Amino acid sequence: MDADDPPTRIPLADEAATQRLGRVLESHLRAGDVVLLEGDIGAGKTCLARALIQEGLAVLEDVPSPTFTLVQTYAVRHGELWHCDLYRLTDPDELFELGLDSAMETAICLIEWPDRMGDARPKNALTIKLSTDGAGRSAELIGPEAWQTRCREIAAGMRAVDV
Amino acid sequence: MRQTLTLLGIESSCDDTAAAVVRGMAGDAEVVSSVVAGQTELHAAYGGVVPEIAARAHAEKLDICIEQALSQANCNISEIDAIAVTAGPGLIGGVLSGVMCAKGLAAATGKPLVGVNHLAGHALTPRLTDACEFPYLMLLVSGGHCQFLIARGPEDFSRLGGTIDDAPGEAFDKTARLLGLPQPGGPHVERSAEQGDASRFPLPRPLLDRDDCNMSFSGLKTAILRSRDAVVTEKSGLTEQDRADLAASFQAAIRDIFIVKTRRALALYLAEVPAAPVLAIAGGVAANKGVRSALESLCLDMGVRFLAPPMALCTDNAAMIAYAGLERFAAGQLDDLRLSARPRWPLDTTSPSLIGSGKKGAKA
Repeated sequence: MDADDPPTRIPLADEAATQRLGRVLESHLRAGDVVLLEGDIGAGKTCLARALIQEGLAVLEDVPSPTFTLVQTYAVRHGELWHCDLYRLTDPDELFELGLDSAMETAICLIEWPDRMGDARPKNALTIKLSTDGAGRSAELIGPEAWQTRCREIAAGMRAVDV
Repeated sequence: MRQTLTLLGIESSCDDTAAAVVRGMAGDAEVVSSVVAGQTELHAAYGGVVPEIAARAHAEKLDICIEQALSQANCNISEIDAIAVTAGPGLIGGVLSGVMCAKGLAAATGKPLVGVNHLAGHALTPRLTDACEFPYLMLLVSGGHCQFLIARGPEDFSRLGGTIDDAPGEAFDKTARLLGLPQPGGPHVERSAEQGDASRFPLPRPLLDRDDCNMSFSGLKTAILRSRDAVVTEKSGLTEQDRADLAASFQAAIRDIFIVKTRRALALYLAEVPAAPVLAIAGGVAANKGVRSALESLCLDMGVRFLAPPMALCTDNAAMIAYAGLERFAAGQLDDLRLSARPRWPLDTTSPSLIGSGKKGAKA
């Protein structure tokens, strides 16, 4: 991550806004993209991921939380999507056991609790920091140069659907 | 075909590795042996839940579990009629190692192979433990799942509703984390709740106003978080009593959601006029005394038999897989070496999806 790239901040008034961010983000993703979802319990990580995944599915299906199974994979319009919850990982080596290293090259990966990745945290990923903000929440989009155009487009997309 | 069958069951779809031998007929079978290589000691050592990620670790433990299950059953592999294995849903590495192991055994011994849906294993357990007749209503809470099912046959389930977001076990685990209680959350939150005042924090009961059997637990997490932070801001900390009151308020909300939604599910089920109505529960919900006793009295009120299998058969185990395999095998349902592992596998494929679709907006 380049420290010079300023984060794009998006206010999220309610749960519906978090879901909207998921759907807007979906339209900007392609195979090989990694999105790291940061935030405390209850910040809306899974909520955002669910809306994103549902948007990409041709036929609606259940999108359970990956907390117990660590990974749920889906076939979305851009190919394969991995939804991961790394909270229960105890060692970054386990990422290889999960096959996440190769998935990050070929699939869209949404990763909750990326702090568990240690040095394996990908440098070219988009990080979304979700936090409580007054009565609502906000999202900070932080990414390297390659993500900046898309971050601006996503923010613009969110403003457009706010109207 | 009403002959006595002996099935070996293999289960490795989540954190536990298990094998079991079940003998009997559909609706009249017994557990001969059941081995679960749990991680309880490991859990204690790490102070949390340690997932078994490595497929090869499952595979190593599977061999030992199968040997133990057969030896405790005084049974040779040649005396087994078929091999049943969980083919999903679950953590794919675990499911795969179980399926590969079962295929290897089937190929080596020439025994038939039966793929079993893990959720069907839970849903058919009342037939193993209590010879329960179809149709019965099932409240199935397992891993990330929570649903009401009418079980009509070994492979015939109608989903009446379920969680549209998190499973309650997850809500308990995360509430425990928010309150600084140990994992797994269920027992610790409930213990803390016993000392608390459930009326102190008014937590939401989502979807109760809706006339369906769907539940939502994700918002409770947020409500707990906000209530906790409000207390912390006010007194710059959380006392033991504050924590107990939060836990009690949470436990009460969960109980209320289950009661209201179970009453609706029972009404739908009873409308079908079953001869001997039964509500059976499976999974961690069976271990929660508050929820369980509330469901028991609800059943008493509605003239329905309440059935909770022993805990060892409510949580993940291979006896339920062997039994579900026995039901399928007795009905002539077999798989071959093309059996594949399915990370997601709904029991009822005709009902619409729920999880994550509850509040979805219009789709372009």
